[in-house]
Amino acid sequence: MPLLQRLGAVGRWIDDRLQVGDAIVDAATHRVPRSSASWFYVFGSATLVVFMLQVVTGICLATVYSPSAEGAWDSLIWLDYQQPLGWFLRALHGWGSNFMVGLMTVHLVQVFLFGAYKYPRELTWVAGVVLLLCTLGMAFTGQIMRFDQDAYWGLGIGAAIAGRTPFIGPQVVHLILGGPIIAGETLSRFFALHVFVVPGLLIAFVGLHLLLVLRIGINEWPMPGRLVTREHYRKEYEDLVAKDGEAFVPWALQKDLVFAGIVILSLVTCAALVGPIGPNGAPDPSIIQTVPRPDFVFLWLFSVFALLPPWTETVLMLVGPVIAIGILFAVPFVSGTGEKSWKRRPISVVIVVMTLLSIGTLIWLGTYSPWSPVMDAWSSDATPPAYVRGRTPLELQGALLLQSKQCRNCHSLGGEGGLRGPALDDTAMRLTRDQLIRQILQGGGNMPAYGTNLTPAEVDAIVAFLGTMHPTGVPPARDASQTAPPRP
Amino acid sequence: MSAPTEPSRRGVLLGLGIALNAVAATLFAIPIIGYVMSPVRRMAWLAWIPLGPLATFPEHQTRLATYDNPFAKPWDGDTTRIPCWVRRLEGETFQVMAINCTHLGCPVRWFEESSLFLCPCHGGAFYADGKHASGPPPRALYRYESKVEKGVLWIRAGEMPTLGQPEA
Repeated sequence: MPLLQRLGAVGRWIDDRLQVGDAIVDAATHRVPRSSASWFYVFGSATLVVFMLQVVTGICLATVYSPSAEGAWDSLIWLDYQQPLGWFLRALHGWGSNFMVGLMTVHLVQVFLFGAYKYPRELTWVAGVVLLLCTLGMAFTGQIMRFDQDAYWGLGIGAAIAGRTPFIGPQVVHLILGGPIIAGETLSRFFALHVFVVPGLLIAFVGLHLLLVLRIGINEWPMPGRLVTREHYRKEYEDLVAKDGEAFVPWALQKDLVFAGIVILSLVTCAALVGPIGPNGAPDPSIIQTVPRPDFVFLWLFSVFALLPPWTETVLMLVGPVIAIGILFAVPFVSGTGEKSWKRRPISVVIVVMTLLSIGTLIWLGTYSPWSPVMDAWSSDATPPAYVRGRTPLELQGALLLQSKQCRNCHSLGGEGGLRGPALDDTAMRLTRDQLIRQILQGGGNMPAYGTNLTPAEVDAIVAFLGTMHPTGVPPARDASQTAPPRP
Repeated sequence: MSAPTEPSRRGVLLGLGIALNAVAATLFAIPIIGYVMSPVRRMAWLAWIPLGPLATFPEHQTRLATYDNPFAKPWDGDTTRIPCWVRRLEGETFQVMAINCTHLGCPVRWFEESSLFLCPCHGGAFYADGKHASGPPPRALYRYESKVEKGVLWIRAGEMPTLGQPEA
């Protein structure tokens, strides 16, 4: 018997026992609207492809990574520098996470703008929201697996938020941390979440999500004016698929395939060129010279916590996520029928644009955190020479004090220094001598009071120096009720 | 004759099966929940910990001290090394403050020259005595109970401070 026939016979024998061949053929050849084989419809499958890559690289990393507080960081360093290709696997897994979140976000925006969540696909959307939460959960727990200073203090931030829960705050913190402090059991807990619990949920809900796509059918390209009604939609979809449909394989699959190939190649290139993400410093809490920052996926939340009015924080931290997630789940039940096309849904477009702009702006702010003092500005950023040329001894003394009293950590001169307070380059134009003294002694407007920390002579010197901080030819601010204007 | 009784016997067996499994599932679930929730069973993790002889802490100064968490496990590694700020006022009067900012727990740094604790995360600032100076923190730094015995400074610590803790 020729080889091919023999193989065919083996295949038929296996399928006779398994009885899955027909189901696979049915799924592959099920008819989909021609219009849905579009380049806009490739992001969901690409997210799934990256997830499968994450499973592969994740299992590989787990064969070397040591999930203990004592050994995790050392094993990451080993992976980066000793283990053959360890750096590449870590890079693939770390960048795979970024790719997955990015592709998922594009997929979310696309299905929202194309009205794909409307009747009868409400539960497909709900499963998708669960997948979104699981993916973010993987990103957060994954950041903890990279057990470095950012992971340690990121856990601290998470615990501090949980600790704000009324009445049972400390108990919630102990439950999350698996003990009284961030330690071995904390990492083990999050390891169990990252490799067992959340991936299990992900796989289950990916299955449900795909099953629903298969059963109910891919959303057709939305046409403005073609309204979704509970009475007629299924019939209309059936007619559309019968009249203007094609088999899923190869009609819809081909673009998915091409895009998945591009995504994988980009991921591999990115991982090879940029390399693994971290780890940064060892997770030793006694090293306090650290500037903790979350990964970019959570950087916008980090910014939100800096910018919220303090009195709203506790409520918004605890209730905000519940409301946001609730809104996401509610979308298909609030607008389950009607217009699908984004061309006729201006509010949806505005929501998407505003949300993306807000998150984008917050991420951008988070990259340089203007609200944080620059801890070493006072000892590393020089006073611009122009500001000390031709000054009186008292003014020079003030310039020295401005450095040594660490004012520069929050205030910049010549574009260098902290951004937390206003730049001091033209401060004499904004505040009079009396206002400067009051501001320094009493603080206010987000500035600490220095009344107990400066002698009157020191305040005198600093104010004398700040009094020179106005452009040449522009007079400093003055109290109009007090004295005559200074001579030009 | 036995035909009419069969469904009822089957019903009894099915009911028994469900009941048996419900009991089994409950008995199975209780220890699992108890195991996972075990960190919650203890209300507070606090113990007296020596921070060092008085000579380590000069008067009118604020110094960083590090202690090993008393509830550590052998595999905890460096994570047990918990720092805190020790401010010695005069004689045996101490103010020992947690490293964690009251906003979101990041480690505050002491700046001697400006007498401020500054937080690297969201810019919280505290005065030398731990009182809130500016920024988003809702209140003063956390304060540990402290005592001096036989020339050694002790604090009562052991758990990550949360907003339920006393303030400076």
